[in-house]
Amino acid sequence: MTAHAILDTAAFVACAPFPRRVLDQSAWAEFAAALAATPALELLALWADPTHVHALLHDRDSADFLPVSVAVEIGLYPALSPTRPAAAWFERMIRDLWGHTAADGIDQRPWLDHGHWATTTPLAARPSPNLAAAEPAEFLTSEGEGLHQIAVGPVHAGIIEPGHFRFTCNGETIVRLEIRLGYLHKGTLGLLRGKSPRAAARFAARLSGDSTVAHAIAFAHAAEAACGVAAPPRATQLRGVMGEIERIANHLGDIGAIIGDASFAVLPARFGWHREAVLRAAARAFGHRLMMDAVIPGGLAEDLATEGARAILATVAAIEAELPGLVRIYDDTSSLADRLQSTGTLRPDLAERFAAGGFVGRASGRRFDARRIPGYAPYDRLDVTAVCLDQGDVDARVRVRLAEITESIRLLRLLLTELSDGPIALPLPMASGEGIGWSEGFRGDIWHWLRLEGGLITAAFLADPSWRQWPLLQAAIEGNIVADFPLCNKSFNCSYSGVDL
Amino acid sequence: MAWREMFRALREGPLTEPATPPPEDEVAILAARLKAAAFNRLGRTLAIRQVDSGSCNGCELEIAMLTGIVYDLERFGLKFVASPRHADVLLVTGPVTRTMHPALTRTWQATPDPKWVVAVGDCAIDGGVFKGSYAITGGIDSALPVDLVIRGCPPTPTAILDGLCALIEANAREPRRPR
Ligand code: SF4
Repeated sequence: MTAHAILDTAAFVACAPFPRRVLDQSAWAEFAAALAATPALELLALWADPTHVHALLHDRDSADFLPVSVAVEIGLYPALSPTRPAAAWFERMIRDLWGHTAADGIDQRPWLDHGHWATTTPLAARPSPNLAAAEPAEFLTSEGEGLHQIAVGPVHAGIIEPGHFRFTCNGETIVRLEIRLGYLHKGTLGLLRGKSPRAAARFAARLSGDSTVAHAIAFAHAAEAACGVAAPPRATQLRGVMGEIERIANHLGDIGAIIGDASFAVLPARFGWHREAVLRAAARAFGHRLMMDAVIPGGLAEDLATEGARAILATVAAIEAELPGLVRIYDDTSSLADRLQSTGTLRPDLAERFAAGGFVGRASGRRFDARRIPGYAPYDRLDVTAVCLDQGDVDARVRVRLAEITESIRLLRLLLTELSDGPIALPLPMASGEGIGWSEGFRGDIWHWLRLEGGLITAAFLADPSWRQWPLLQAAIEGNIVADFPLCNKSFNCSYSGVDL
Repeated sequence: MAWREMFRALREGPLTEPATPPPEDEVAILAARLKAAAFNRLGRTLAIRQVDSGSCNGCELEIAMLTGIVYDLERFGLKFVASPRHADVLLVTGPVTRTMHPALTRTWQATPDPKWVVAVGDCAIDGGVFKGSYAITGGIDSALPVDLVIRGCPPTPTAILDGLCALIEANAREPRRPR
């Protein structure tokens, strides 16, 4: 049977807005195998609860979003990773947190659990005490003459998050990079349980601080879907304003940092200046530079400050006025072209196979943008343009982000000039139900899933786009020189905290 | 085209904002805590090694702003260095995750005496919102002796800079002895 035919046999469980299909183990195993012949079904996320494993798939052809689940039997479920390699990190995470093993998974090594927790499988129905001592990690091997390894991290040389990078090199050239994360595991999913969506939103807002608004929006959407309510129009419009401010601020900061990594000082100075201006405007408008905790399930915590719109519009006008000149400097500087072009190239076929979101995908030909499909308010009325290139190198990722700044400024103007009046929040009923929420953060599409019972969260998963981007960095870096790694890493700028949970 | 930017910078002068003087009470408290003999004087400069021991990266974003032209921390004699072996100060963010605990302790051990530990952000003070999670040991003081805390979630760059300037001031008055 084809993957779609198998899905048609599934039983449905209520989950808003996408009903969740449940397959038995043999059907799921058949489905996993059938995925090999169905490249259009993309894996967006894979997670679990104490009894089931859940996958979120996207059908590229029909633009359908399909949550599919399988019951775990004696600790096992059939793996997706043989046909969807992007599932491998998720499967390792699921085993560490819930104790479900992906039978025939392509990688069975631990992921988040480095052996330092007090218990193993902390989210399982019955976690067990951790009695074993932490063991050194196993890395993939590379064989050949003259190969050597460079181990970097978890504590890095810059002001960035911790992770371990294991390079195998031939002279200066990287032949393999293996990334090991998990250092930032804070037990966020566990902290969500037993809380109301309003109380739990603080954790979603701190999954990855640079995407605090985008995660808070996805979380609010999931909670609102589970409760069957929709935030008032003014709230969704102001969420859009905050989301675009966050996108602009991150793009400005990262573009500056990438160019700074290529040792060209003029542009980072100017981009950094504008980033600061955007953060100050955000503080004037929403009371916090990063707009943390401003978005809550049901709406917003506070309304836009009186002078807020004017501060935002003045700031983006200054950016818009200077940006063309800065881009000209970028274009005319041969040392930048030399460092950034054809460096860290991500092939479009890989971006597609891993369903890479955000500028990583859009710089390698995958146009997906959650503001367009499946879409959400306020973007359903704005006709967002997704800028897409296909060179896939550091330069392409910079150019996509430069273009997105201009597009975000356009959206900000539209949103701020047509702001609705009315309430900014409504109370959430003490409901029971399941919901999926999403948003397009600066990094890409974010997916949150929540299950509520009597108004309290009993299970949840928060999927950052980095799950599908980090593994691609490992591929894009092959054949580059070690000295270009910071540049490539910065150009992907995946979240460590976002996937460490 | 870069010349146009440079010309403008010459014509319009620097964009860096004037410094605020460090809060006197904070300086006094720090100086008092450091009643050590005046040897091993480091002078009015401190090398900082930033360590993320479990942050959401919000604190890193604001710390990184210090290196830009608006806050320009090098004018105060403060400088981020790439290795703990070159550092006087560990600027630590986040709750301490159980998984980062060993690396954080080793980073501290690799930092030569005399050294300071500054805990940045509400998480670093007592675990912040993550308090009570199975995956953390607590604030930075659950792993290292902390000399100064800077509150906020995340603290603004100005707050971080004020704290660091107070540290320089205290250090210049009463240099720290090796532990
Ligand atoms: S204090 Fe706030 S910004 Fe800093 S790491 Fe903690 S949650 Fe993130």
